[in-house]
Amino acid sequence: MGEPLLSIDDLHVKFSRSEDEVFAVNGVSFSIEANEALGIVGESGSGKSVTLMSSIGLLRENGKITSGTANFQGRNLLKLRPKQLEDIRGRDIGVVFQDPMTSLNPIMRIGDQIMEAMLTHQYASRKEAFDRTLQLLQEMGIPDPKSRFKSYPHEFSGGMRQRIMIAIALACEPQLLIADEPTTALDVTVQMQILALLQELRRKRGMSVVMVTHDFGLATNFCDKIIVMYGGQIMEKATTDQFIREAAHPYSLGLKRSIIEVGHKGKEILPIPKTAKTLTAVLTGCPFAERCSYTTERCHQEVPRLRVFGTDHEIACHHAEEVACHVR
Amino acid sequence: MSAKPLLRVENVSKTFRVQGKKLHAIENVSFTLEAGKTLGLVGESGSGKSTLGRMVLRLLESDKGKIYFDGADLSKLSKVKLRALRRDMQIIFQDPKASLSPRMTVGDAIEDAMAIHKLGTKASRRERMTELLEKVGLPAEIQYAYPHELSGGQLQRVGIARALSLNPKLIICDEPVSALDVSIQVQVIQLLRDLQKEFNLTYIFISHNLAVVEYLSDDIAVLYLGEVVEQAPAEELFKTPTHPYTQVLLDSILRVPESPEQKQEMVYIQGEVPSPLNPPSGCTFHPRCPYATDICRSAKPLQRTVAECHVAACHRVEETQNLLMVNAN
Repeated sequence: MGEPLLSIDDLHVKFSRSEDEVFAVNGVSFSIEANEALGIVGESGSGKSVTLMSSIGLLRENGKITSGTANFQGRNLLKLRPKQLEDIRGRDIGVVFQDPMTSLNPIMRIGDQIMEAMLTHQYASRKEAFDRTLQLLQEMGIPDPKSRFKSYPHEFSGGMRQRIMIAIALACEPQLLIADEPTTALDVTVQMQILALLQELRRKRGMSVVMVTHDFGLATNFCDKIIVMYGGQIMEKATTDQFIREAAHPYSLGLKRSIIEVGHKGKEILPIPKTAKTLTAVLTGCPFAERCSYTTERCHQEVPRLRVFGTDHEIACHHAEEVACHVR
Repeated sequence: MSAKPLLRVENVSKTFRVQGKKLHAIENVSFTLEAGKTLGLVGESGSGKSTLGRMVLRLLESDKGKIYFDGADLSKLSKVKLRALRRDMQIIFQDPKASLSPRMTVGDAIEDAMAIHKLGTKASRRERMTELLEKVGLPAEIQYAYPHELSGGQLQRVGIARALSLNPKLIICDEPVSALDVSIQVQVIQLLRDLQKEFNLTYIFISHNLAVVEYLSDDIAVLYLGEVVEQAPAEELFKTPTHPYTQVLLDSILRVPESPEQKQEMVYIQGEVPSPLNPPSGCTFHPRCPYATDICRSAKPLQRTVAECHVAACHRVEETQNLLMVNAN
């Protein structure tokens, strides 16, 4: 194994609000190798999107990275100037956002937007960029690329726009694709189509994917590794196979149990009690403690650190062994 | 036969004019729905599921066909009568915030719904509002809060409380949990289910989340480009999906595997969702269908009964069902 493609180490992110501060990311570390797909799973407010977006310099104005590093190809992204980051984003790292309508330019033809990605990064000449745009549209399953090149975003359906976003993100053949809920808004058949396409690009080009999602079905079927986040911390980290076999964090299990799946009709589903709170102070215990059925005194007094729990499997829970016994 | 249905929809159609072209949003749709039951509507965006929901409420007028609610022909009702009947039919939206005034406390918003329909006195409305908040699992203090102070899940509960305030018989739930976090979705779904039992509510449940639709529905209608391509009791539809489109739809659901061996392959689905402005000839699904033959390209398939209460509009029903049996063996 060589150097990982991207490695995030001890990342901390804070947001300041008018009256207080929100501790959004509290010491997150992970890495991703070439040709690997990583799924970051959690609910809103878990810090999953902030972790990813802040590491590539896309943090809201009131946010601040207080410590940590994000090494990509030997460079710490957190120390780069905005111009240098812009160079990397879109060329070496493709980014797909959840809502394609807010990230596409409404008054620019979609073909030009895909070409622009290649031209600004001097990835291709005008002629090459034009040909490649047609090819990308074709690959994305958009029929009649030549005439669609001239269409504007509003002339496409949500699923098509999302595919155009993905075409832009993939235009310069990035080594890493970062995608925030790329298929959440899409119908299942379109989701399947896009995932099949990304899978193929991984096989063909060895591209890596980091995907933020709240959908366990998506993460467990598409990704090689899974990270579960809560309260700005990693709660559980494992290869997908290990995760499927022996997930043991009470939060992961609660989240898995609370999904309504096909065949659940007539079954009582147990949602996780209470709701997640915004963290406005430094953690002094487990962020999940007040919603957890295994909680003891220790959980309130000591922040659980991520520790090795088995082969390719780490957990941040004081009671993981007990939970694991209980589940098996 | 069982009791008289609460809702009977007969051959309704709706056409919009878009860019000078005709868009058949809903074509020849029929179904019946008994009181206390749930009909799930599934289909891709653009399949017409929300349009159909709005037609039932007569928020959109049908071009053709009839809708009977509680025995009354909706199209024949006068404005006054329709207004009275609307109390019996409520809708819950995907984004409850958009349907609540930002300058009104949620308590006032719930009371307002009753006041518009001149229900009760101010005092009795207030009492009912606090009762309803409790019913939907919200603390009483929340009545003084404004929509922006609430979470998505809480807002959806307010939306439900407001719909309930008029004692409706039918509630159209249009993607009510799609914008919520997974663990909150379950809470709202189970709340809807419990309320249905308690008040004998009838639901039309619209969602692109098939597992959720299965969970709540007694019957499911699958829409494709404005037409019902298959309709069956929920369990039956998931066990023996007969229309090729339903099969594709169910195969596209990503389930959490119970063992690594069960992980699903990402399968590329051929073809595009066609433009409703320019629908394909014959069976509108034929360009994406693995079973398509000449007849599928030229003639529109009629609905055929494949089992009791189970219809599918497909020329090649026998083949798709055989294949299903082969796969199962």
